[in-house]
Amino acid sequence: MTSSVPTTPESVRQQAAEVAARRRKRTRSTTTRWRRRTLLGLYLVFVILPIYWLLNLSFQTNSEILGSFSFWPQNFTIANYARIFTDSNWYMGYVNSLAYVLMNMLISISVALPAAYAFSRFRFIGDKHLFFWLLTNLMAPPAVFLLPYFQLYYSVGLFDTHIAVALAHCLFNIPLAIWILEGFMSSVPKEVDETAYIDGYSFPRFFVTIFLPMIRSGIGVTLFFLFMFSWVELLLSRTLTATNAQPIASIMTRTSTASGIDWGTLAAAGVLTIIPGVVVVYFVRNHIAKGFALGRT
Amino acid sequence: MNKVYNNRAWFLILPMLLLVAFSAIIPLMTVVNYSVQDVFDANTRFFTGTEWFEVMLNDSALQAALLRQFAFSFTILAIEVPLGIGIALLMPKRGWQASAVLILITLPLLIPWNVVGSIWQLFTRGDIGLMGVGIRELGYAYNITRNPADAWATIILMDVWHWTPLIALLCYSGLRSIPDAYYQAARIDRASKWAVFRYIQLPKLTNVLVIGVLLRFMHSFMIYAEPFVLTGGGPGSSTTFLSQSLTTMAIGQQDLGPSAAFSLIYFLIILLVCWVFYTAIMNSQKDKTTQGGA
Repeated sequence: MTSSVPTTPESVRQQAAEVAARRRKRTRSTTTRWRRRTLLGLYLVFVILPIYWLLNLSFQTNSEILGSFSFWPQNFTIANYARIFTDSNWYMGYVNSLAYVLMNMLISISVALPAAYAFSRFRFIGDKHLFFWLLTNLMAPPAVFLLPYFQLYYSVGLFDTHIAVALAHCLFNIPLAIWILEGFMSSVPKEVDETAYIDGYSFPRFFVTIFLPMIRSGIGVTLFFLFMFSWVELLLSRTLTATNAQPIASIMTRTSTASGIDWGTLAAAGVLTIIPGVVVVYFVRNHIAKGFALGRT
Repeated sequence: MNKVYNNRAWFLILPMLLLVAFSAIIPLMTVVNYSVQDVFDANTRFFTGTEWFEVMLNDSALQAALLRQFAFSFTILAIEVPLGIGIALLMPKRGWQASAVLILITLPLLIPWNVVGSIWQLFTRGDIGLMGVGIRELGYAYNITRNPADAWATIILMDVWHWTPLIALLCYSGLRSIPDAYYQAARIDRASKWAVFRYIQLPKLTNVLVIGVLLRFMHSFMIYAEPFVLTGGGPGSSTTFLSQSLTTMAIGQQDLGPSAAFSLIYFLIILLVCWVFYTAIMNSQKDKTTQGGA
């Protein structure tokens, strides 16, 4: 078939692509390919090595960590993990962290979706100024708000609750969500909305049944970013909690005691904070490639 | 896109506005309130006007912290942006390798910031860390608690480790959106690799790069947890950045007035830079739409 004269533009294009692919395979010599792989491999080693070291130390006892230097655990032990999973002070830290992160994701996405739609579809009094003001909140250093937050949440009786941290993280997560979602929504043609309204859809029904499915990869990416910035934040979550809602990040400071630092437990706790991130990345891996440009390419 | 003028859009904004106002405007007003008063206790306070601002602007420790902050932010941008672009160009485009590399590269972004500090503390300690011991074996007396140069290099290395993935992923998704036809046209023109990069890939990357630089600049400007855990701001105050100075002042010493004034100055600096970037984004989008229309 390939020898026959192509008749349609599609078949011409297809043949050209095949030829180009064959030529590319021939011209890109194996040395270039290996050079690329080596460079990328070196970077990946750089990424993994610190994490590997954490993993390595987490399976060692403190005496082994301090006594001998080895590239892998000589006396493999899971005592460090056992300590974390049996002590409710420790594992409740993970539950607390996940609780406020999930609450924050839910609150942020549900108020950000309509707001982002408004910004992407309508002009209204003060829209540009409002958008700029939102972005300034994204830039506000948490350190600036530390003291007022403490006083505010203390006076309304929310201090040391999950919802306090979730609300505090809204400061930067809602603007971020609006910013990302606005990009994705603007890439959906406006004709979709108009057609739906002509077909007799009401706004809420159109929004939920037609519009949201169209930007679902955008929503996925947004949730990823919301998770990320709420999960990694330390300063606000540490300041707004004492015992009941203490995040794992601040419980980890407990490993330094008068008798020195409990390196093994610190490493094990660190490894466990990485795992939720790995799970989240695994779920969004197929959307990252497209979605990370935030709809702005 | 032609937007419809309709003020009812405010109703869609309203819930968001109430929430953000609660967590942004009330605290900010508290800060402004403190910044012009001298608070002794709950009932005794004096109006001081701009005195705290003058004190803070003339404080040599804070000026030094500000300079360090700028030096740090620009250094990491200068390293992370080219490195990120390079990594994005090297990443495989399809197959299981692409997924695997993506997951590995995203990993550092999802580690809590103080854990990043702990990881690097464990990694670089002279007695138990792989890198610390490794460098000492090579004959260099590496010590981040004694030598400011080592501390700086380590913090920059840590930030490169932590945040280059963000730039790389943004660029990667920017590159993925370039249609194959562009490359085919370049091949017909016998364009060199450099020409392909300069005239096809880089222009497509400008938008994502602006986002990346913006995010990186503001986060590096608020950096707190990583250096706090790794070096504690030391040796001396050689790695004390603005956030840490502010936290020490506000929480540690309870100097409400000065720290509030400092907060506002800090915020205004970020705001200024933010405004410059925002204008840049808006202008680049305007250029693109006029080109598309022509």
